[in-house]
Amino acid sequence: MRFVVRRLGMFLFTLWAAMTLNFFIPRFMPGNPLQALEARTRGKISPVALQSILSSFGYKPNSALIPQYFTYLKDMLTGNWGESIGLSLGEPVRTIVFQALPWTLGLIGLTTVIAFLLGNVVGIVAGWRRGGTLDSWLPSTLVITANLPYYWVGMLLILVFASPKIFNVLPADFNYDPSILPGFSPGFVGSVLQHAVLPAFTLLVTSIGGWILTMRNNMITTLAEDYVRMARAKGLPDRKIMYGYAARNAMLPNISGFAMSLGFVLSGSVLVEYVFNYPGLGYQLLNAVDNNDYPLMQVLFMLYTVAVLLSLLVADFFMAWLDPRARAKG
Amino acid sequence: MVKNRKALAGLILFAIVVLLAAFPGLFASYGSSNILGAYPINLGPSTAHLLGTTSYGQDIYTELIYGARQVLVIALVAGACATVLSVLIGITAAYMGGLVDEALSLVTNVVLILPTFPLMIILAKYAGQSNAVMIIVLVATGWSYGANQMRAQALSLRNRDFLEAARVRGERRSYIILFEMMPTMTSLIVANFLGSALYSVLAASGLQFIGLGNTSSQSWGTMLYNANEAEALQAGNALWIVAPGLAIAVLSAAFALMNYAFDEIGNPALRPVRRKDLRRSRKAEKLDAANAVHARKGANDVGPDVYADAS
Repeated sequence: MRFVVRRLGMFLFTLWAAMTLNFFIPRFMPGNPLQALEARTRGKISPVALQSILSSFGYKPNSALIPQYFTYLKDMLTGNWGESIGLSLGEPVRTIVFQALPWTLGLIGLTTVIAFLLGNVVGIVAGWRRGGTLDSWLPSTLVITANLPYYWVGMLLILVFASPKIFNVLPADFNYDPSILPGFSPGFVGSVLQHAVLPAFTLLVTSIGGWILTMRNNMITTLAEDYVRMARAKGLPDRKIMYGYAARNAMLPNISGFAMSLGFVLSGSVLVEYVFNYPGLGYQLLNAVDNNDYPLMQVLFMLYTVAVLLSLLVADFFMAWLDPRARAKG
Repeated sequence: MVKNRKALAGLILFAIVVLLAAFPGLFASYGSSNILGAYPINLGPSTAHLLGTTSYGQDIYTELIYGARQVLVIALVAGACATVLSVLIGITAAYMGGLVDEALSLVTNVVLILPTFPLMIILAKYAGQSNAVMIIVLVATGWSYGANQMRAQALSLRNRDFLEAARVRGERRSYIILFEMMPTMTSLIVANFLGSALYSVLAASGLQFIGLGNTSSQSWGTMLYNANEAEALQAGNALWIVAPGLAIAVLSAAFALMNYAFDEIGNPALRPVRRKDLRRSRKAEKLDAANAVHARKGANDVGPDVYADAS
């Protein structure tokens, strides 16, 4: 019980801290939405008119900060997210978010799961066949690929697969071909998949290394445990020792890592969406930051934090259920 | 450290970048003055322009050489500051215990969970675009992971005899933390520094790439930003994109390899095995296992509860 209360308390505190930071940082810094809007309309609309447009969408720079802060907290939590004052002026933030969310979840969420599963399998095999061909060159290579600047990998892929010079086989922009009507037609689904190949591959290349390496290292540590030796002594088949004894235990530390990365699905790949102009949440964040779109920025940042917190919470409870040692630590 | 091949590779790559950053004039084909439009635009590689020119008419090779210094300085300074911060916070939390520990751990965990990159984007955007701001942003978002590690390590040291002895001698707290605890944690601290520096290289370049760095300065991330803005991909000027990205990759690989090698040195189980040693150790293991069975059978004769415990 104490465990549950502590975790929930931590959850609420972090959420509050994130929301507070996100309220105060943009407001204490130079630059404001009015200037951004003026720059974008290139002076075609008078500042007074712009001011009144913005205030009709809830932008009140002159009212006191503290009451604003409390209204902000209440609005954020009740889902009363207001309207965008940036690129898509007047569009409800909710609409923008729910349009972008599925794309990010689909592309980056699926890629994260694939990277985790694939990485773990390779890591198990590499750790099991310690000193084999796979294990001798894999770690050094992966240390490098796991730390490549991933947006650059994306640009290289575009250079090779989406430019007229080498292969022009895959699209480098957007989430689907806008000339196809969205729907469950084979053409549309095919187009969506085609547009996802390059960004997904970019993420896979740069994220799988970490999984393989940690799994391999966990595997090696676990293989030295007495219960594995015991299993060997009992004469169990290798396959059974590998999956049933070693891998099962070696996976445990990876689960919270996986939860963390699932939580960072919404926010962790801003640059991939930027490079591929993929209209997900990260892309929207950059738009919002560029245009001082506070309402959108606030909601996105809150969602990012909630995603991480929720997945950590689930992972904590899952771990406590799976591993009695985690329960005792509280 | 030099015996470890990964460490050696990392050190060599790192030394190259340090040389470039320290004496760019020795390597660059032109002076640092990278005036826009100094050369014809979008040239291919030639002896005059080893990597061609940008669509602003700059020599890519020269830009690349001069870009080394900024990333390196940001990485080293931010890495060092973040490490100092995590050491101070982690060890203080562990050593003081009680409420101080609770409070510091809470702050650490909150910072750890906050979505880092979006936070960095927002901070960098609104705090102005200079290298000092960049370093502050990197330190502010990068110290928490290390602090947790330091705390864990320091907690395991807390009740050791040598610290007790220092306490009995009547040493001050600050002395014990700085001169008794920290030296025993050197390897973790170094590993932490390498990790922070690596993180700083990637994060700083990423921020520069989306135009949130000092866009008028010479740096690899800024080169990528300019290349992207000028649509180098579409213009077919591949080298403008390949070169700076590769340079970032080299520096991050240097830090990553050294960091990983440090792990291997600290944890011998992870070291690569030579085939010969492996065969020998497999044989030994089989022998061991056989012995274990014998031992267990022996134990079984003495009393059944020992066996039950072991299984």
